[in-house]
Amino acid sequence: MENNSIIQIKNLTKSFPTGKTNFIALRGIDLSLGTGEFTGLIGPSGSGKTTLLNIVGSLDTPTSGEAWVLNHSIGALSAKQAASLRKQNLGFIFQSYNLLAVHTVFENVEFPLLLLKYNASERKKMVMDALEWVGLTGKVKSKPPQLSGGECQRVAIARAMVKKPSLVLADEPTANLDASNSHHILQTMVKLNEELKTTFLFATHDEKVIGYLRRKIYLLDGKVDKDELTVGSKQSTVSSEK
Amino acid sequence: MKTALKLAYRNLIGAGLRTWLNVIVLSFSFVVIIWMKGVLVGWDHQAKTDMANWEIGGGQYWHENYDPFDPFTFTESHTAVPEEFKTEIAAGNMEPMLVVQGTIYPQGRMQPVIIRGINPGQNIFKLPTQKLDTLTEAIPAIIGSVAARNLRVQTGDYVTIRWRDTNGMFDAAEIIITGVFSCNVPAVEAGKVYIPLEKLQSMVQLEGEATILTFRDSEKERPAIENWTLKPQSELTKSIDEIIQTKTAGQSVFYGILLLLAMLAIFDTQVLSIFRRQKEIGTYVALGYTRREVVGLFTVEGAMHSILAALVAAAYGIPFLAWQAKAGWTMPMDVSEYGMAVAQTLYPVYSTGLIVSTVFIVVLTTTIVSYWPSRKIAKMNPTEALRGRLQ
Ligand SMILES: Nc1ncnc2c1ncn2[C@@H]1O[C@H](COP(=O)(O)OP(=O)(O)O)[C@@H](O)[C@H]1O
Ligand SMILES: [Mg+2]
Repeated sequence: MENNSIIQIKNLTKSFPTGKTNFIALRGIDLSLGTGEFTGLIGPSGSGKTTLLNIVGSLDTPTSGEAWVLNHSIGALSAKQAASLRKQNLGFIFQSYNLLAVHTVFENVEFPLLLLKYNASERKKMVMDALEWVGLTGKVKSKPPQLSGGECQRVAIARAMVKKPSLVLADEPTANLDASNSHHILQTMVKLNEELKTTFLFATHDEKVIGYLRRKIYLLDGKVDKDELTVGSKQSTVSSEK
Repeated sequence: MKTALKLAYRNLIGAGLRTWLNVIVLSFSFVVIIWMKGVLVGWDHQAKTDMANWEIGGGQYWHENYDPFDPFTFTESHTAVPEEFKTEIAAGNMEPMLVVQGTIYPQGRMQPVIIRGINPGQNIFKLPTQKLDTLTEAIPAIIGSVAARNLRVQTGDYVTIRWRDTNGMFDAAEIIITGVFSCNVPAVEAGKVYIPLEKLQSMVQLEGEATILTFRDSEKERPAIENWTLKPQSELTKSIDEIIQTKTAGQSVFYGILLLLAMLAIFDTQVLSIFRRQKEIGTYVALGYTRREVVGLFTVEGAMHSILAALVAAAYGIPFLAWQAKAGWTMPMDVSEYGMAVAQTLYPVYSTGLIVSTVFIVVLTTTIVSYWPSRKIAKMNPTEALRGRLQ
């Protein structure tokens, strides 16, 4: 394994049993992601983006081939080890936010810290910092149903970022947002990527997201179709979209 | 575990009305179970105390032939009061009683009756025997209120009574009812007339003899006496224990149903939760919970209903139960002909054991009922749960 790589995927396939035959969702993926990347898996619906993201996120296992994430082989982890990997090192952002509806904004962001057994005062400070990053310190006591879609996704980003994970996996994070909210949360993520050196891996087919990516991995029918780096500085990438 | 408790608490309180409906139903079970059991314990205490006060004192010696359910044994069941008890009797700590079968003729009707001779100065029984201590032409007699009603006699009435003496000769006399008493122990009054002991002894020519010896102190070691059978208090109150046990079984069915209803509500909530909250379950897993831990969280959440219910039950149950213990529970029906020692008003008695065991049983059943559907989560695929797919 390369020294600064955070994800190493070798000849990965994933198939799902569907009736008599198996449906092959990923067929022979080879990929490597370095620390600090801001990269997206791009492809039409059904191309295997979510499937790949789930495996990287240790929520699913490869059918064959290997996926190494932070020096852990995903297929070889026990349920407990996989949970521990997610708890310590991974952050998730979902298309539909997946916030806990009956918990306040504060409690939602606090959740990962409870699992990591931080004490109350540490939790409070870290939650407030995370809410500051996403500009939501004024909504600490609100509950998700009282927030707009953009605000919900910012809470979800704060929740993913609060423990400063090494890797954040974001599956179609802008799919339910309008243009201005999409740009807002993407700029937030770019900023966090720069300041905290967190690696971001997106799954998306949204042009707005694609515009912010520094590396674009195109998937088609479960295979890597194209893998390209955006030329120019990331700063210019960001400003070109504004 | 601490985290699970915290999260479970947030989820429950956040769920609002649904939680409180379950909690209220469950809290009702707590209060009703404790109250019903308390009434039974209170009844048991009361029945035993009443029985001691009215019928058996601290225990008895019976003449070996005496069988209270067979009046034909009465002619054979009497003998001289043993010498060794004379001082105890003189001190008023033991009372001899003679039992004779007779017939009473209230208003010309004929009724069999058991005539009990009792010392008018006794104070082991609550019977108002001082009313036998009068000088009248007729024989003074006291009678229970239910018996008085059945025989249609009242205080001041003269009634003819007939009996056989020890030689089998019939004899008759007039009695006058000098007192009517009411008590909770049916055996004390049903078909019985109490007259002075010495009077009865001379009527049947059995001077100095008795059928039953009742002693005051239930604790003292009692020797075996020839021709007499020792009947300790615990043996004589056995019938109460048996009746209470039957009642307990009957009650268990009732609060079994009550608990079942509460459990159904919680089971339903849990099953619904697992389907409605699939995405949430997926999210917990994505955030670093194992599926096992999610099962734990949901179980704690369900079980916590019973903890909240215990708190709510305490809020309204403690005042209610305390008030009941003080004011008592008056039975909605007439209990005087119930066939066993039962007071019209029962005072529930709650022991720590009763409360602890009730809380334990309710919490345990709630936990099991919560765990049962939650096991399904362990089989859930987190990626599908995240998508919110029904399985
Ligand atoms: N659990 C599953 N069982 C069967 N087929 C699945 C399952 N998960 C995904 N698929 C199929 O795999 C393909 C890729 O799905 P997905 O990774 O969700 O695509 P994308 O996220 O790119 O839209 C789709 O055709 C989908 O129907
Ligand atoms: Mg997808």
